[in-house]
Amino acid sequence: MPIRMELLVCGGTGCQASNSNRVLDVLKEEIKKANLQSEVNVLMTGCFGFCEKGPIVKVMPDNVFYVEVDEEAARNIVAEHVVKGRVYQEKLYVEPDTHERLPEQSKIPFYKKQLRIALRNCGKIDPENINEYIAADGYMALGKVLTEMTPDEVIDVVKKSGLRGRGGGGFPTGVKWEATRKSKSDIKYVICNADEGDPGAFMDRSILEGDPHSVLEGMAIAAYAIGAQFGYIYVRAEYPLAIHRLRIAIKQARELGLLGKNIFGTDFSFDVEIKIGAGAFICGEETALINSIEGGRGEPTVKPPYPAQVGLWKKPTNINNVETFANIAPIILNGAEWFASIGTEKSKGTKVFALAGKVNNVGLVEVPMGITLREIIYDLGGGIKGGKRFKAVQTGGPSGGCIPAEYLDTPIDYDNLTALGSMMGSGGMIVMDEDDCMVNIAKFYLEFSCDESCGRCTACRVGNKRLLEILNKITEGKGEMEDLEMLRELAETVKDSSLCGLGQTSPNPVLSTMKFFYDEYLAHVRDKECPAGVCKELLKYYIIPEKCVGCTACARVCPVNVIHGEPKKVHVIDRDGCIKCGQCYKTCRFGAITRK
Amino acid sequence: MIKSLEELKQIREKYKDTLQNRETDESKVKILVGMATCGIAAGARNTINAIVEEIRNENIDNAVVAQTGCMGFCYAEPTVEVRMPNSAPVLYGKVDSEKAKEIVRKHVKNGEVIREWVLRG
Repeated sequence: MPIRMELLVCGGTGCQASNSNRVLDVLKEEIKKANLQSEVNVLMTGCFGFCEKGPIVKVMPDNVFYVEVDEEAARNIVAEHVVKGRVYQEKLYVEPDTHERLPEQSKIPFYKKQLRIALRNCGKIDPENINEYIAADGYMALGKVLTEMTPDEVIDVVKKSGLRGRGGGGFPTGVKWEATRKSKSDIKYVICNADEGDPGAFMDRSILEGDPHSVLEGMAIAAYAIGAQFGYIYVRAEYPLAIHRLRIAIKQARELGLLGKNIFGTDFSFDVEIKIGAGAFICGEETALINSIEGGRGEPTVKPPYPAQVGLWKKPTNINNVETFANIAPIILNGAEWFASIGTEKSKGTKVFALAGKVNNVGLVEVPMGITLREIIYDLGGGIKGGKRFKAVQTGGPSGGCIPAEYLDTPIDYDNLTALGSMMGSGGMIVMDEDDCMVNIAKFYLEFSCDESCGRCTACRVGNKRLLEILNKITEGKGEMEDLEMLRELAETVKDSSLCGLGQTSPNPVLSTMKFFYDEYLAHVRDKECPAGVCKELLKYYIIPEKCVGCTACARVCPVNVIHGEPKKVHVIDRDGCIKCGQCYKTCRFGAITRK
Repeated sequence: MIKSLEELKQIREKYKDTLQNRETDESKVKILVGMATCGIAAGARNTINAIVEEIRNENIDNAVVAQTGCMGFCYAEPTVEVRMPNSAPVLYGKVDSEKAKEIVRKHVKNGEVIREWVLRG
C-alpha cells in the first residue's frame, strides 16, 4: 500500500534538545496502535530553522505545521489529525498580532521572506537516506559536470554566478577554484571548513545535520574543477550529530559509487575523510586548519603563499565553507544567471543567518542578499523580546561589530556590512536591546578572542590582553579619559599588525561600539555610570520613597544588612556598605527599588 | 553502483514518489477525502488508499491527496472532493474504491466530471 501521509519531525540539535526524539517515538507508537503504519510514515528530517518554537512536526501533504509538540500533543495529533482528519488547533502557530492560528508554514511570518537554496532540503528529506536526496535531484549536478562539462566550464559557471565564500571573508569562490586549478601538481586537495566557531552560530551545523549529501556533492564538483582526488571535512568535535550523519552519508555515497573510483564511469575519482577538530576557534582560519589536519598545532602561517599554491601536505588545496559547498549543486543545475539574479550587485544569492539574542523568533533563516536588517529582525524575527527597545545587532561574531538602530534599513551584503565596521562573517546575528551594555558586549567578545588567540604573534597575544585590561578597568569604574584614546589606538595597532584574520578583526567589536556608542563609554568613564545597568561595579541601588510601603522584605533579604527602616515606613539603602548583589531589587514586589 | 547518469535518473524516478507528498504547490489538484467517524465507518480508508494507489499507477504528479473532517453529508459517505486549480470544487458521494479509481482516471487526469456521482458542485 503506498504511503499517503507523512509526519516530518525536526531532528536538528535544537529540537532534539527539546525532546523531539521522544516525540518521534510516540508518533510511531500511536500510528502503530491505530494500525496505520502501512499508510502513514513518520520520519526525522533536518532543521526547520524555527528553533524558538521547537519541536516542529509537519504533516504532509496536508501542509500543516505544528509547533512546540510534546508527547501529549503527539498523541493528540495522531488521534485528531491522522485518524479523524481534523487539524489539532492547540499546537498551531499563533500569529502574535492577530492571534490567528496559522496551519501553513509558508503563511507564518518567520518563513514569508525566506528563500531556501543552501537549506533547500533541510526539513524536507531524511538526511540519513541517500535515496531521498537523489529523489530531490541530488547528485544530478555532479553527474552533469562529469559527463557534460569540462573543469574550466564548471569554474566559469561558478565565477559567473557571483558566489562568494560564506565562511566570512567573502572571497569569490570561482576565483579561488581557478587559482587552485592553475597550480601545477599531480596531487591536490579539497577541504570543507566546518569549524564553525562564532558564539551563537549554527548555520553550518544545520546544513551538515539536515542535508549532508549537498556538501559532499559540492566538494566532489569542486574536486573535479580544480583537479583534486581527495577531500577532508574538518568538523569540530562539539558537533556529534553532524559527524554521525556525515559518516552515514559518506558510507551511502561510497556504496552507490558516488564517492570512490571512476565516478559515473568516468576517469574522475574522489573520496573524502572526516577530520575531527578539538574545537579551537583559530582552526577556522585556513592555514591553521591545514596545520591541524597535518597533526601540527593549530597555528596560522603567513600568506602568501596561499593554500591554492601551497596547502595541505604542501600541495595545492582549495578550502571552502559548508554553506558555500551547499550552494554549488543548485548553481550547476539552474545556471549562473539564475543565481546571479538573486541578491545585490556584488553579493549574489542567499545567506543563512543564525538569529539569536533578544529577538522573539530565535532560529535559522535563509534570506536573499539585499534584505534589510529591519526585515530580518522585525518581520522574520518578530521584533524584540518583551516589547523592549532595539539597541544594536551584532553580526560577524568576534570578528564583526555592532550595528545601531540608524542603520537598520541597510541592505545586507558583504560590502555594506564591512563599510559599517562590521562584517558578514559566517552569519551569526545577535540582537541586543536597551538592557545590554555595549561596553560589556565589547568585553565579552574580546574575552573570547583572548581565550582563542593561538599566541603565535605578539600583536594578538599581548595586544588583545591589554585591550581587555582597559575594558575591565572601564567597566569597574576605574577608567580615565586617557584610557579611551589608548583603547582606540591599541585596537588599530592590533588590527594592523596581527598575522591572521583572528587578530586582524578581533578589535572590531571594540572599535564599532566606540564608533556608535561612544556616549556609553563616556558614561562609564566620566560619570561612573552604566546606562544599561549591567556593569555591577557601577550600579547604585535606590529606594523610590513614593513606592515603598515599608514591607521590610528587602531589609530581610539583604545579606549585609545595609537596608534600614521601620515596618510600614519608607526604607533607605546605605550605599557605603552595599555589595550590589541585587537581592533587594529582585525581592521587592512594589517596584520601589531601582538601579542606575 | 551507479555507473552513468541514466542509472542515477532511474534511482531518482524510483524514489520520486517518496517526496511527492512533501511538495506544496498551489497549482496542484487537491483531492480531499472525508475521514471523520462517519467517513471511516463507511470505508473511507479504502477509498483514500485506492486514490493514492491509482495516482501512482497513472503517474499523475500534480495531485495531492489529503484527508478532511466531516462535511455534513454523513448519509453519503465516503465523500471525495476534487479541487482543480481555477475551478469550483466538486464533491462526490458514496465513493468506494472502484468509483475512487474512476474519479482519478477521468476527473483528475482528464478533467471530466462524472456527473451522476456528484453531490455538490
